[in-house]
Amino acid sequence: MLRLEKLVKTYKTGDQALKAVELEVPAGQVLALIGPSGAGKSTLIRCINQLVEPTSGKIYLGDLELTGLSSGNLRRERRRMGMIFQEYALIERLSVMENVLSGRLGYVGFWRSFLRRFPQSDVDEAFRLLDRVGLAHMADKRADELSGGQRQRVGICRALIQNPALLLVDEPTASLDPKTSRQIMRLICELCKERDLAAIINIHDVALAQMFVQRVIGLRLGAVEFDGPPEGLTPEVLTTIYGEEDWEATIETVNEDEIEEALK
Amino acid sequence: MSEVEALIGKPWRKPPFIKRPWLRWTFILGFIVYLIAAYITIDVNWYRVYEGLERGKKFVLAFTNPDFTTRSSDIYEGMAESIIMTIAASVVGIAISIPIALGAARNIAPLPVYLICRSVIAVSRALQEIIVAILLVAIFGFGPLAGFLTLSFATIGFLSKLLAEDIESMDKVQAEAIKASGAKWTQWINYGVQPQVMPRLIGLSIYRIDINFRESAILGLVGAGGIGATLNTAFDRYEYDTAAAILLIIIVIVMALEYLSGVIRARVQ
Amino acid sequence: MPTQNFKGQKIWQRRTGRESLGHWIMWLIGVAIFAYCWQQISAVTTWFFVWDAPRIADDIWTRATPPRWGYITQLGEPIWDTLNMASLGTILSLILAVPVAFLAARNTTPSLLFIRPVALLIIVSTRSINSLIWALLLIAIIGPGVFAGVIAIAIRSIGFCAKLLYEAIEEIDQTQVEAITATGASRWQVMAYGIVPQILPAFAGIAVFRWDINIRESTVLGLVGAGGIGLQLSSSLNVLAWPQVSLILLVILAAVVISEWVSAKVRGAII
Repeated sequence: MLRLEKLVKTYKTGDQALKAVELEVPAGQVLALIGPSGAGKSTLIRCINQLVEPTSGKIYLGDLELTGLSSGNLRRERRRMGMIFQEYALIERLSVMENVLSGRLGYVGFWRSFLRRFPQSDVDEAFRLLDRVGLAHMADKRADELSGGQRQRVGICRALIQNPALLLVDEPTASLDPKTSRQIMRLICELCKERDLAAIINIHDVALAQMFVQRVIGLRLGAVEFDGPPEGLTPEVLTTIYGEEDWEATIETVNEDEIEEALK
Repeated sequence: MSEVEALIGKPWRKPPFIKRPWLRWTFILGFIVYLIAAYITIDVNWYRVYEGLERGKKFVLAFTNPDFTTRSSDIYEGMAESIIMTIAASVVGIAISIPIALGAARNIAPLPVYLICRSVIAVSRALQEIIVAILLVAIFGFGPLAGFLTLSFATIGFLSKLLAEDIESMDKVQAEAIKASGAKWTQWINYGVQPQVMPRLIGLSIYRIDINFRESAILGLVGAGGIGATLNTAFDRYEYDTAAAILLIIIVIVMALEYLSGVIRARVQ
Repeated sequence: MPTQNFKGQKIWQRRTGRESLGHWIMWLIGVAIFAYCWQQISAVTTWFFVWDAPRIADDIWTRATPPRWGYITQLGEPIWDTLNMASLGTILSLILAVPVAFLAARNTTPSLLFIRPVALLIIVSTRSINSLIWALLLIAIIGPGVFAGVIAIAIRSIGFCAKLLYEAIEEIDQTQVEAITATGASRWQVMAYGIVPQILPAFAGIAVFRWDINIRESTVLGLVGAGGIGLQLSSSLNVLAWPQVSLILLVILAAVVISEWVSAKVRGAII
């Protein structure tokens, strides 16, 4: 469904963030992207929806090639890729409902969106999604009144209301506490299953990644070092990705319920 | 689920900024009524405006061909006087502002001193430069002395207020540390307060020099010296090319001062 | 740390010899410039008038007090005109300043090389020229009256408002803009959803702040013939009607204090 061919990104400063990355994601697969800071995880995700323009290489979403699209066509394709951000990136001064509806911007015209007259079907869908994440009663609150976990749920709704085929998720849990992190990860994975979405989740917490995804990609200095099931993350593999360290504690498969207990 | 089912199918409106409808409508209607009333009383003579467009065009075109030479001696003298007034008034104004700012900071000065200094600042800020200039010209006669005094007085209000606010918001711990060493009051100001507010003082001073120069350009309108008188004459005689030349000089000097202040502020911080 | 050996002892100094020499020369030049400026001013000053100043000031004071309170009935319309010049001028300038600010901000300008310098030039040139000069110019062009005052206030305020606004635009949180872009929104939608909500509080603050300043400035625009209370001031001064002058000054003072109070209240409510 998504295919990257020899994707290269070199920044103006000369830093090579991505070195000929090859990747294929089938429909409905949730994969985690791990790697040390500066490995190019964020750049990779932003190259896919062209928030960062790749230097060379090709990106296929379905059969369509994304690089070099006209700006109008690029906008149409961006609607098929929902994005979830590390710091939530909600519009703080707008209400929760407006934030969710902003996911429909690619579908409605300027004046309709400017006057906040979204089609009734969008409004209904927004309420359904907010209810799904447990925030329907918050619809008219301002986004900056919400807690971190609640904000990230709104961010998820905004991505899903685009009706995407692919979710690009950039460090969804980096600003959250451990318990909320798990809840958010579980929510994202459940929603992907419900809607049969593919997702690329950029995450630095290896244990959390192993817990929820079917496939892990290890990125190091802009190149893919590992591609396989979460069980394949042996200490040796982690050492090649991150460098020498004692990995036993990190990859010990923890019983999820135990932690939930401990956190209560 | 029932909660959501109740919401679905209902239109959603953005909650208005002012919740009470009558208050909201009072504001909106009041604003519209005011605009209409204001517009009616302005009484624009559109024919005169239309006639003026031709002159306006001439003036804009004058900027492409400014005349620096015809009245060069007037321009030179006026500019020199403006700059001299600016420099002298800035020096005196800043020098007087510093003790007043110390007196107007509540965390340094005792209450009586604080009240006196604050009222000096309030008077200086409430009176416009041009009004002060009119009064001073009436008292001291025409010439740059009145302009110099006006600008010094205005500098005091501006600089003392902002500097005093900066002193009031300074880091207490640093100042206390100096006090704890047994320093005298003057030493305390010198070591505990001055280093903290110095960058701000320099930044504000340069900004004020910039303002003083701009203000010095209008003081001439009421006879307080500077380029304003030349400019006024140029407008009165419809000599747009000369006026354009003067305005260009002012703009260039202000730009240079702004650039300079950016450089200096970046260095002191 | 600069130290110096003096008879076998180390003496600490704040600056090295060369540094302190440099400092002294700087101060010397500064003092020399000031002395020169002062000498220039005093050369063209008639000192006789200055020595006579206390007597004249006293004379003016006795003539000006008490203010002619009855004159207030004739000031209603000028005050209304002054308020209009400030308010309409502010509204007009905001309408013009918003596009200029978006063109000047590094992150929203369509072209860094061509359009941004033009926008910055508009900002700096309208800012550097006082509203009284703009009024002089506009009176020469479109004739005396309140309308010239409105336009003068509007033009003078463009630079001020646009400068503060474009600085606010450059400081916005870029990830919020990114998030809206990622939904496939168009350029204008990104502006309306990603940028405008973030700068709205700054915009409201700037508007009220500038309105307060404009009330002050419009009180004196009449001195050059642009209507409002300054016109009354100027005609009273021309006939040396000091009791009227003192009343007008009191009214102006009151207007300034009230507008400052209103603007502080409104800004407090917004933020």
